Amino acid sequence: MEHITKHFPGVLANDDVSLELYPGQVLALLGENGAGKSTLMNMLVGLYRPDGGTIHIRGELAEIHSPQDSMALGIGMIHQEFMLVGNMSVAENIVLGLRDLPLVPKLDEIKARITELSKRYGLQVDPDAIIHDLSVGEQQRVEILKLVYRGADILILDEPTAVLTPGESRDLNNILKKMLSEGKSAIFITHKMDEVIEFSHKVQVLRRGKTVNTCDTKDVTPRDLANMMVGRDVLFSLDRCPFNPGGIKLKVDHVTVDNPLGSRPLLDDVSLEIHRGEIVGIAGVAGNGQTQLTEAITGLLRCNKGTIAIDGRDMTNATPLQVIKAGVSHIPADRGAMGVVGDMSVGENLAMKKYRTEEISRGAVIKKTFMRAFADKLIKAFTIKTPDQDTCVKFLSGGNIQKTILAREIDSCGGVLIAVYPSRGLDVGATEAVRQNLISQRDKGNAVLLVSEELEELQMVADKIAVMFEGKIMGLRNVKETNTEELGMMMAGAGSVRREA
Amino acid sequence: MRVVVEKRDTRSKRMAILIPLVSFIVSLMLGAIVLIASKSNPLQAYGAMLNGAFGNARRFQYTIVESLPLLMCGLGVGIAFRLKFWNIGAEGQYVWGAIGITWVMQFWRFLPVPMLLPVGLAVGMTLGALWAGVPGFLKAQWSVDETLTTLMLNYVAIGLAEYLYINKWKAPLGNMGTPEFPREAWLPQIWGKVHAGIFIALALVVLLWFLLYKTRWGFELNMIGKNPKAARYQGVSIKRNIVLAMILSGAICGLSGSVNTAAIAHRLTKGVNAGYGFTGIIIAWMSGLNPFASILVAVVMAALTTGADALQIAMKLPESMGEVLQGLVLIPLLAGSIFVEHKLKFIKKEAA
Repeated sequence: MEHITKHFPGVLANDDVSLELYPGQVLALLGENGAGKSTLMNMLVGLYRPDGGTIHIRGELAEIHSPQDSMALGIGMIHQEFMLVGNMSVAENIVLGLRDLPLVPKLDEIKARITELSKRYGLQVDPDAIIHDLSVGEQQRVEILKLVYRGADILILDEPTAVLTPGESRDLNNILKKMLSEGKSAIFITHKMDEVIEFSHKVQVLRRGKTVNTCDTKDVTPRDLANMMVGRDVLFSLDRCPFNPGGIKLKVDHVTVDNPLGSRPLLDDVSLEIHRGEIVGIAGVAGNGQTQLTEAITGLLRCNKGTIAIDGRDMTNATPLQVIKAGVSHIPADRGAMGVVGDMSVGENLAMKKYRTEEISRGAVIKKTFMRAFADKLIKAFTIKTPDQDTCVKFLSGGNIQKTILAREIDSCGGVLIAVYPSRGLDVGATEAVRQNLISQRDKGNAVLLVSEELEELQMVADKIAVMFEGKIMGLRNVKETNTEELGMMMAGAGSVRREA
Repeated sequence: MRVVVEKRDTRSKRMAILIPLVSFIVSLMLGAIVLIASKSNPLQAYGAMLNGAFGNARRFQYTIVESLPLLMCGLGVGIAFRLKFWNIGAEGQYVWGAIGITWVMQFWRFLPVPMLLPVGLAVGMTLGALWAGVPGFLKAQWSVDETLTTLMLNYVAIGLAEYLYINKWKAPLGNMGTPEFPREAWLPQIWGKVHAGIFIALALVVLLWFLLYKTRWGFELNMIGKNPKAARYQGVSIKRNIVLAMILSGAICGLSGSVNTAAIAHRLTKGVNAGYGFTGIIIAWMSGLNPFASILVAVVMAALTTGADALQIAMKLPESMGEVLQGLVLIPLLAGSIFVEHKLKFIKKEAA
């Protein structure tokens, strides 16, 4: 790619960016949210068209107008959100959308080929399994298989490890290594430094649409990269008041949520207390009931047994509105699908909690001037990067969408803040801001429930950590009295010996 | 050379106006082909239609009268469409409005005559609302598919109306139709054929615009329509709002039926299911669910109907030709809407 330039309304997403990738090589593309990494890659796979510049593949000028064009050139991308059909099998998903597929596909041949490919690269997946039943890591393998099946030899991975456990990340690294040895190459979008060091040969850092630096991975340290990315020195520690919890704010008592589709309950006799001025972290591999716990508290999921109380008041199976009115803010796991309305403006999305209050409305009527002033205030306070508040949220970068949610939820927080993967997919600067915000809520005396997959984050931010496994809480530990090994064991289902912290 | 469809990076306002215009011209040209094939001069035919719809005060009045039920039904279904609730039951709700006002006019004689009209309108509106509320409730409570229930309930309503005017409520004289409403209880005409229903329709436009764009409830409906999951997470009750929106939707369609019956037929009779409810769907869709734009669309659709009548008289063309032309207007308009978000790209084939 040479001298690529791309404008979006109000933003210059890529400004004269050039990029080179050689066979057998992994290039890490590093940069903050909105630095233009995804935009650059989307042009390579034909989702966007560059305004200027050229793309050469294997020495030949390439005109990529659609994902089909890019597939024909052997380029395949794995997006952050997987593009799989949940109620179809692995094999069906892999061949779905293939152009030369006969009317009645020969599934046996397809399965045989899938099995052969998965053996070759160490991508163990049962071709007959239904996508629903697979873990996130397995689904990612299906995505990779899909690309390999179509003969892709340039793989683009958009933050592939964001959803994986440490073990799964190692597997992914091995799979990639095997593919590289066959002359395939990969571009790896990320903002985790240690991954850059571990996975890549070469690293290119983008900032505000421009290339800041391109260098060999072996010549740099994580610290150099972080500074290049943000353009200033990054703090790796956070300020906080001493731990001084108040009374019980939120009490979850023996809550069970049945699973209509399976035998194992989604939540199995979960009990948890959060005090004022305390951050309780929930650790665990994704899909072990963390999201369900937060949804049960926020009234989105019905509990079958047990009680939930806020300030001693029973809130079991209250409506979402009642829970909101009790002062609970919620940063949901799934930003695009739940956190925002993509087709509405940034301003409207910021107002989606407070529109009921005098701050924005007079009686049943929304005052546009109040709403605009309110939105401008939050955009400024949380440094949301948007051309203006009338832009649709879906045009913002992932990090700025998250900031929009964060701004709305923190602003409207009335005592309890529930944050699910709040820093997932965010860059160093934004992650730092999110964590600092959580801590300042705690310091204000609010009860914070933080669900995270990164132990490091929990250890840095939380006061206590509970580990969830298969819908149960395996134990609650005081951060200062535990270590990564113990938590890791509990995440894997061991160490069910309860010890009250 | 190869042509591909690419997504536009932004939605352009200019295109949103230009595209319907171009689509309309394309549809006129398509219509011209059909007209030439049936050995008519297209320019003459379009001239006759235009003349038939707007040529003199009487024709213009007739076009307006025809546009009023279309506009009201369009507004009604538009509310449900905001929630992506596909109310295609406007026809039935309209018929219930007509039944309701007839019931009052014929049997509520204990009321003083001046009260018959307002009470009749209110009852028609209520029946339309209840009729629409049923599928709304079924959807909210048990996720019963609304396209089927609303569609089917149309035929129940139409069948019931037929039973009433042919059998149960039939006037002693004549073979179908209820007795005429008392003359004092008719909806008065204000300018030639144009009746006072125009005030009701225009008031509804303003009212709905305010409700949908200025109030908290409008904001909530917008959220539900664009992302129901996010709306629920923000504390908006989806079930409650589906039922409410359907009740309002049905009330407006019902009112439309009452108004039209009180203004034109003055009784329940054949032709009560004139298809306004179905055309209303097209109006809601083409206006982009915007109440003010609905006025324009309703007038255009009405003009196509009244113009087609003139076509029949002036050009000796069959009545169905008018419907053909109406259909031809819709196809390019609906197909053209894809270009608001997409663009065509022409690629020259390069030497391999």
